[in-house]
Amino acid sequence: MSTRTLVSPATLARPRGRAAYWTVFTTVVLLFALAFLFPVYWMVTGAMKSPDEVAQTPPTLVPKQWHLTGYTDAWDLMQLPQHLWNTVVQAAGAWVFQLVLCTAAAYALSKLKPAFGKVILGGILATLMVPAQALVVPKYLTVADLPLIHTSLLNDPLAIWLPAVANAFNLYLLKRFFDQLPRDVLEAAEIDGAGRLRILWSIVLPMSRPVLGVVSIFALVAVWQDFLWPLMVFSDTDKQPISVALVQLSQNIQLTVLIAAMVIASIPMAALFLVFQRHIIAGISAGSTKR
Amino acid sequence: MTKTAARRPAEVIAVRQVPAPPPVGGRGRRRLLDQVHAYGFLLGGVLCFALFSWYPAIRAVVIAFQKYTPGSPPEWVGTANFTRVWHDPEFAAAWRNTLTFTLLALLIGFAIPFVLALVLNELRHAKAFFRVVVYLPVMIPPVVSALLWKWFYDPGAGLANEALRFLHLPTSDWSNGADTALISLVIVATWANMGGTVLIYLAALQSIPGELYEAAELDGANLLQRIRHVTIPQTRFVIFMLMLLQIIATMQVFTEPFVITGGGPENATVTVLYLIYKYAFLYNDFGGACALSVMLLVLLGVFSALYLRLTRSEGDA
Repeated sequence: MSTRTLVSPATLARPRGRAAYWTVFTTVVLLFALAFLFPVYWMVTGAMKSPDEVAQTPPTLVPKQWHLTGYTDAWDLMQLPQHLWNTVVQAAGAWVFQLVLCTAAAYALSKLKPAFGKVILGGILATLMVPAQALVVPKYLTVADLPLIHTSLLNDPLAIWLPAVANAFNLYLLKRFFDQLPRDVLEAAEIDGAGRLRILWSIVLPMSRPVLGVVSIFALVAVWQDFLWPLMVFSDTDKQPISVALVQLSQNIQLTVLIAAMVIASIPMAALFLVFQRHIIAGISAGSTKR
Repeated sequence: MTKTAARRPAEVIAVRQVPAPPPVGGRGRRRLLDQVHAYGFLLGGVLCFALFSWYPAIRAVVIAFQKYTPGSPPEWVGTANFTRVWHDPEFAAAWRNTLTFTLLALLIGFAIPFVLALVLNELRHAKAFFRVVVYLPVMIPPVVSALLWKWFYDPGAGLANEALRFLHLPTSDWSNGADTALISLVIVATWANMGGTVLIYLAALQSIPGELYEAAELDGANLLQRIRHVTIPQTRFVIFMLMLLQIIATMQVFTEPFVITGGGPENATVTVLYLIYKYAFLYNDFGGACALSVMLLVLLGVFSALYLRLTRSEGDA
């Protein structure tokens, strides 16, 4: 099982090697706890301190009294249910649109041989070279006044959903996966008289579960974490997702309440991560070993 | 694939070899129908790309040469936007800050995950724990980590100065001092994003064949020599790829300066993307914003092209 790494197993087996190993191990555990877990602990408990205690120096490691009012106030005063719901709607819609439209397009590019398919694929891949954030202003102007139909998508979840589809990375991931599906299975289905939609639905998609999972997670996380784009698109406070609302409200709200709201905003993605951590970590790691 | 065969009865196919794909330009109507189907599947996705990727890219270049106010017809102004933006005192500051940020992020934000991954790869216990914990900050919304660190950097009850006092070190202004603000933001960005780098690099380390280390050890190479002559050459490609990705990402930094410092103090943390945002939404100067976008685009395009070239040629080989 154990593969050979930098330090040889023989060195580790010696008493001195073993001592060094456990010293390093303990140091790293402490370092990780301090660097990554302690800030999270500080945030969760900070929200439970009283406003006086949170501003006091030196700070207390453990709240003297555990207050839940920070969390309840955040929930009520900052309209968190509304903003969380907005975020859920935006993320879920972006996910559905991406799954349907990207999958269909990737399937067409991979298996249906459309005329000029190579040109279209080239155009899609070229957008990988154009950093998304650098184009936010012209993208904003486009969304504010769609060409030909002259409608504005500002303050509308469609402003998140539709641009999310233009995700070359996910589309390419899907296309590459479809390319590797065994051709004879699809041909057999075609010979049996299955239409293209039927083949996509009953054969291609069930065989593509792993890649669909990866794309889904990427799609959800991207929308949940985004800040600049929703900041531009949603000027209407009631439509803003949680990330934008947090920043807008952070100026004039009590610190404990703000911290509580920060904790609440982090819970959904942290939970998603803890549930799917194996898949997420494997997905990220796979990116590099493929070379 | 075999479009002509599809309509024949199954038994014919069963006895005959499946014929090779018909030559290009086969039967007209059949091909046309196939194309209609293919484009039916493509349409939605391609329309989104056209509207939200291709069209804005072209528009950025066009508007960069226009005086553009939403609602009124644009005027051509030549290179006026570029010269106006160029002479803005914030322009030089924004580029200097962005490049410094990228460089610092490369030094700090690249060296730390690199060393961390090296050490983690040697540890034989609690592997899952380390991977989950290091990636946890990546899953915290960037806005939350920015606000969290803003609180840590607070000159009053901030944790950062508390830690310095605990260690009997002089306190710092952190994000509130003109000299320290930028590096404070680099620390935030590194904390929030290094999980991905660590995981990818770890995976690369695990693909190094153990025999190489054995051979190096037999040749008398010590630990540092093994890192230099085995680990680094073996993961050279991944290192370079991660580096380019990080450059592209950090040159577009926005959330941290916007949330933590608001570009201050004294423009010490205004970044290019922040300036683009200001031109568009504070000055209502979309021409200037697009001129800046085009400059950023050209610079980042070079790095992106390099990255794509690298990954694609390695992937095809």
